[in-house]
Parts: sequence; C-alpha cells; structure tokens
Amino acid sequence: MKPDEKLDIEEILADLENYRPKRRGWTWREGRGERRTMGPFAYLDCSAPLACSVPLPASAAHFGGVDPQPNATITTEIASGRFEDDIRRMRMAAWHGADHIMVIRTAGQSHMDGLIEGTPQGVGGVPITRKQVRAQRKALDRIEDEVGRPINYHSYVSGVAGPEIAVLFAEEGVNGAHQDPQYNVLYRNVNMVRSFVDAAEAKRILAWAGIAQIDGAHNANATARQAWKVMPELLVQHAINCAFSVKVGLPKELVCLSTVPPTAPPAPRLRYDLPYAVAVRELFRDFKMRAQQNTKYMTSSTREATVTHTLDLLISALTSADIQSTITPDEGRNVPWHIYNMEGVDTARQALCGLDGIRELVALRRQEEPMAGAVRELKERAVLFMEEMLEAGGYFAAVEQGMFVDSGRYPERQGDGIVRQANGGVGADSVFERDPDYLAPVTAHFGFNNAAAYGPEAERDPASLVDGCTFEKPEKIVFVDELDPEDNVARRLEETAGLRDGSRVKPEMEWAGDGWVQTVLFLPVEERLARAAALEMGARMGLRDVEAIHVEPLHPAEGTRVEIKGRFDAEIVLSELAVPPEPDLLDEDEIRQAVKRRPIRIVAATVGEDEHSVGLREILDIKHGGVEGFGIECHYLGTSVPLEKLVDAAVEYDADAILASMIISHDDIHYRSMRRLHELAVEKGVRQRLALVCGGSQVSPELAVRQGVDAGFGRGTKGRHVASFLVRRGRRPTKRGDEA
Amino acid sequence: MKGKERADDYATRRERLATLTEPELEERFWALADRLTKPLVELARTHTTPAIERSVLLRMGFSSMEAKGIVDHCAGAGLMGKGAGHVVLRMARRWRMPLRDAGLRLGLGEGWDEAATEFAAAETVGEMIR
Repeated sequence: MKPDEKLDIEEILADLENYRPKRRGWTWREGRGERRTMGPFAYLDCSAPLACSVPLPASAAHFGGVDPQPNATITTEIASGRFEDDIRRMRMAAWHGADHIMVIRTAGQSHMDGLIEGTPQGVGGVPITRKQVRAQRKALDRIEDEVGRPINYHSYVSGVAGPEIAVLFAEEGVNGAHQDPQYNVLYRNVNMVRSFVDAAEAKRILAWAGIAQIDGAHNANATARQAWKVMPELLVQHAINCAFSVKVGLPKELVCLSTVPPTAPPAPRLRYDLPYAVAVRELFRDFKMRAQQNTKYMTSSTREATVTHTLDLLISALTSADIQSTITPDEGRNVPWHIYNMEGVDTARQALCGLDGIRELVALRRQEEPMAGAVRELKERAVLFMEEMLEAGGYFAAVEQGMFVDSGRYPERQGDGIVRQANGGVGADSVFERDPDYLAPVTAHFGFNNAAAYGPEAERDPASLVDGCTFEKPEKIVFVDELDPEDNVARRLEETAGLRDGSRVKPEMEWAGDGWVQTVLFLPVEERLARAAALEMGARMGLRDVEAIHVEPLHPAEGTRVEIKGRFDAEIVLSELAVPPEPDLLDEDEIRQAVKRRPIRIVAATVGEDEHSVGLREILDIKHGGVEGFGIECHYLGTSVPLEKLVDAAVEYDADAILASMIISHDDIHYRSMRRLHELAVEKGVRQRLALVCGGSQVSPELAVRQGVDAGFGRGTKGRHVASFLVRRGRRPTKRGDEA
Repeated sequence: MKGKERADDYATRRERLATLTEPELEERFWALADRLTKPLVELARTHTTPAIERSVLLRMGFSSMEAKGIVDHCAGAGLMGKGAGHVVLRMARRWRMPLRDAGLRLGLGEGWDEAATEFAAAETVGEMIR
C-alpha cells in the first residue's frame, strides 16, 4: 500500500480462500519505557514511534510533527455492521495510533448455536465469520506493514458457540478476545453450566494461540444502577475469571482485566475511582490491566464524554494500563462514526503524552488516609462477598440467589441482583458427561481425553490420530465463501462502486455513501421548540432522515444548543469542482538570488485597532523563516497602525510593497480595511507601483483580491509564500508620480 | 425469584478480617477464588457440549455446517459422551475410508446405528481401542 493511495477492498477480498495470516498471538508495543528524544522533548513513558502516522493537530502546527506513542497498547472499537467499510476506518485508526482493533459482534450472535458464514450485514456490530475475519486480518497485515507496528485484532469468544469461535480465531490469526463465562450467564442468560464447560475449552484454545484474553467484569459497572457501589463485586468477578483461566491453562500474562473507573463527574470521582484502581492493580498484580473508559454515565454530549474519558486516562497514568481502551465520544448518540474513532484514539494519545513522566513528579499517598483505608475496605468487602458465595454453596448457588449485579454496596444488598438458575437459560440440558472412553483427537483440548487408549503417541499428541489437526495443518481448514446470494459483501460493493473509482464524492460517517452529515445550531428558544425548529431547518437544508442527536439547553429561556444529523443525498463530481491551485512556491535560493539582483523593500504593520503582532512577526522575522531571511528589507511599524500612516510610510521609504496584517474580522472589518487601503494608495497616486499584501487568520485569498488588493494570505502562510509572491510580481519603477 | 435485601453490616462482618495484615487479606482473597473455581474446573474437565464437539470437528477439518450436522446426529444417537470426533475417527477406521468421507456420511445421518453398536461392543468386551 502507498500512503497516498486508497486501500483496494476488491484486492483484499480476492483469493481469500488461500490467504494465511502472517503471525499468531498478542504483541505488545516495542521500546516501552525507553527514554527517547523526539523533536525538542524527552519522553519517559513512550514506545517506538510509527513509520507513518497522522500527528496530533497541535503537533503538525507547532511541534514539527512529532508523534510520540504512549507505552500502552491503544484500543479502538470498529464495527459499523459493514466490515468492508470498517477496514478503511481501521487504516485511519492505525495512523492515529491504535494498535488494538476490536470488532463488536452483531446483535444476537451470542445466542447462535454455531458459526455464521459469509458476509451478511450486521446490526450494532458485525457478524463474525471466517470470511470477514480473514479479510480484516489480511487488511491489517498490510496496514501494520505500512505503519511499522503490529496491530492486534480482537473480537468476542462468548455465547453458545465459544469454543468454535476460539478455534476460528486461533486459525485466522486473531490476537485478542473477550472471554468470560460470567458475561454469558449474567447478561446473555446462557445456561451457567454450559457456559463454564465451554469456557474451559475456549480458554485452552486461546492459550495455544497466544491470544490475549479480556474479561467481562466492566459490564457489571455498566449495568448497576449506582456504579460506584458495585466495586467489591467487580473484584470478585475478576477473581473468578482469573482463577478459572489460570486453572485451565491460560498463562497470567495473557489474562487481562477489563477495568473501568466506575463513576464520573459531577461525582468527585477520583476519591472513589482511584482507590479502586489501586486495589485492582494490587490484588491482580500478576495479570494485565486493560483500562477501559466509562460508558455508564455517557450522555449525547461528546464534550462531556471527552472530559470523563480524559479523567479515565489520568487514572491510568497514575496507576497503570497495559492496554488503554477508548470509547468513541459519540457512543451516546450514534453507532460510532469514523471521525469519533479518531477522536477517541487522539484523546488517549494526547492525554497520555501530556501525562508522560507524571509518576516522577507525583506519588500516590498509598499508606496514608483516606487511600489506605479505602483500598483495604474494598479488598475486605470482596473477601466477604466470596465467603458468602461459599456459604451459599458455591458459584452457581450464589448466582441463583441473586448475589451478582445487586445495586447495594456489598454486604449491603438491595435485592435487585440478576437471578439465573443452574438448570435454566439458553443451552440448558446441553452438557454431557464424558464417558471413560471419551476422545477428542485434536490439539488444545481441555479436560479428560482418553487418547492413551490409542497408544503413547496419541496420548502425547492426540492430533496425531488424525495426522495433524488444522492447528498443525492449516491447509485442512475449510473456507466457506458465501451462503446468501443477496446479503453479502459483493452485492453491497456493487451499490457503491461509483464512489470507489475516484470520480465522485459523498459524505460518509459509517458506510460508503451513507450521506450522513452533522450540523450544530444555537437557537434562541427553549428546548422543545429548539428541537422542532432544528429538525425543520435540517429538512430545509435539503437533508433526509433528519434527527436531533444532542439537545442541550444553555439557558431555560435564552436558548438551546441542538446538534442534528441528516443525509446529504447528492454526489459531487470531482472533475467539476473549482479547486484553487496549490501555491506555486519559488525555491528558497531562487528567491534569495532574485532579491539580490533586484532588491525589495517593504513596510509592514498590523492595521486598525488591532494589537495582534505574532502572525506578522512570523512572516517577517528571519528566525521564523520570514521574508527578512531572503534579503528583503523590512520596515515594521508595529500594531494598531492607521491605514493612512502605513501608506505614507510606504511613500516615505519608497517601498515596493505594503504588508498589512488584519486579524480582527468582526463584521468583515478586515475586508473593508483592504478596500480602504486600495483607495488610499490610489488617492496618493502610488497604487500601481505599490504591491498591497494583506494577511490574517480569517483572510480568504480570493475575497482579498476582490477588495482591490494584490494578494491575500490566510492561516498557515509562511514567509516563503509572501516572498514568492513579491519576487514574481517584480520590482516596479520607483519614481514618484508615475500615476499622476 | 428475587435476591435478598440487607443493610450494610460491613462493620460487624469485617471483625474477623480486622486482625489480618494486608498480604494475609490478599492471600485469603485468592484462597477463596481458588475454592470457588475448583468445582467449576472439575465440571469442565469431565463434561462436554455440542459447541466443544463442533470445535473438535472444526479442528479435524470439517466446515461449520458439516460439524453441526455430525454433532446434532451424535446427540440424537446418544453418543456425545464418546466425543463426536471420536465417533468419526472410529467409523472411518471401521468403514476403511478417509476421515472426511466418514464424517460427511455421518453428517447426513447415515451409519449411526452402526456407530452405537461399535461403541457398545467396545464397552461390553472392555476392548482397548486401537
């Protein structure tokens, strides 16, 4: 792949039946914690940089494009329902610093007794199938070569087909997976006996493939009515899955705890969440921390979510995070959009870089109150919880008695916990005792296996009975392509073919050609009226399917902020666009030579009642690469200079050009000043020999020229742009009275 | 059924933990986790499910649909305790045909009476299966 070329989805889908992933197993970032210098800074908590990336906006503008990569693996969840469109989003996310891509499954997949095949469209996620997984892994294999860092690909090994999905993932090079039998039991009502028996097999397969496992405890946080009260239970859920995982053969370094700071502002969250974060990391010090961001208290405000998530990152930086997951800030309003995946990843990257080295400056007062008591109390409450579970008769009995996801702060109980029966739920009565001659002639099988009956070689290697299973001989894997002639990727791609040939463009947020756009309005009326008015305005803008996705009163009477989304249905033909040409810059040496041959003198000032000086100094000063550096003679008059005085100075210095900076733009004052500058130069008879150059952050070059000046320069202008213009224009005759 | 309600009696319940050092408290935490999960692991060690058996067949080189057919018939024939992969292996040997062919035949619902006989005979005579 080339950085300036789009990913070719047809190529990814071609010859998939013969594709094998490059590698297996989870990978951590390289060079973590090595002190490294990037640009003007030293970093203490960063890992190896990327070969290709999109730096943070401020980095591109002010820090020479440095793009430090934090120690933690950064996760983003990408699952729009169309895996083929998600692949492009994955590439963008990788360039923004994500190296753990999680794919949410389509609604209902956890109750499907078996694997799905083909590429049907999903709802709220993607149907996980062999073809879909293989295509995405193939694309990620290319993307990781492009960015120069391995990308961990991840989905879910839960529901009633857990062991089969684990096999699929092991075969197809998936690197991370959610696996927690408690999740099935509590939230998916899968029979609990079935769930634990299946989990043991699935975990053994994950261990064989080196797949990192993430547990499901964070769901209790999201489900509980008052999330900060569920902390003791969260510790118990982590303990059950960790202890079970290790017993069935997962090494601790592949067992990751999904831990979320449970509460959010306006709660004084650090007083609650920080002792909890410490307790988790102490009790589970041998395991890995997957720090997730809070979803429980998200609303449709992306700003509010971003602040909560930044505080989550602060807690990670003050404690630890091996994997830093991100939640898109639009999750409270949309199935996540492309732009918000990038925002989520950027928030993590930005905050963690900003917090680099914080633990060299700030230490937790672990042994002092209130931290010491709070941590101890959480551990004690968790111990008491497990003691009562044993008294009740063990895990199954405890679930039958509704001990889990009770909204009381254990041992307080509100009696509203989730109750499941050991003989109930999806898949009840589907657990069979293994006979004494039970056999599974494959690799990575958990539990009793009477392979010894077939001899010592079979006992050592049960798969030898079948001449190697797919784990040793991947050529035995059966690739199923499509089962549904209508609901498949080829059909979907046909519909959007015209948008992939580079001739047309249409806005998109989730899927190619979906047309979604978002608009922000302030309406000076109360909330209900504002919502109705915004919908009407969206319709009159020509948008289809208009919805209000965020309504926030700024004052009960004075007005409301409304964000709407709607579909823009037209496609723009790119060849019909009038695109302003790229500025044609002269070579720096060429400019210097030209100025040496024909010297150029200018006068410059910020005009009107305007005290801004930074922008103009950057254009002028030699140390910022300004025009002085090319040998241009500059006379800087300062700020708030009247236009007339500027023109007079140009006459006095016999200048070739005026550089006028106009930052203030209220009511288009800058364009009026340009017109006036032109008129003054005409009145004084110097307009033809004097170049008028106006610049400012709100200046549009086209509009500037329409006001009568010779050139306008907007945001991002450098001295070289202005110098190129001045050299091209050439030096005019200098005798006064040319125009008289 | 509803869970029970109870006021926060942490202060009295914790009395027995008050004398423990924090390392001892953590030790108890892990000892409890160990006791709670031991029976779950034993259950998993000695039982199987349709999903596990399908996962075995996938590893033996069957497609998801083929695996589902074989396991459904295996449960119908009452042979889940033998292992679905095991049945395929044994019948391939008995029928002297490649593993895949035997599995596909069983997936169509053929040969299950014979399979039941095969395993019953093995049990009766206590034969070592070779």
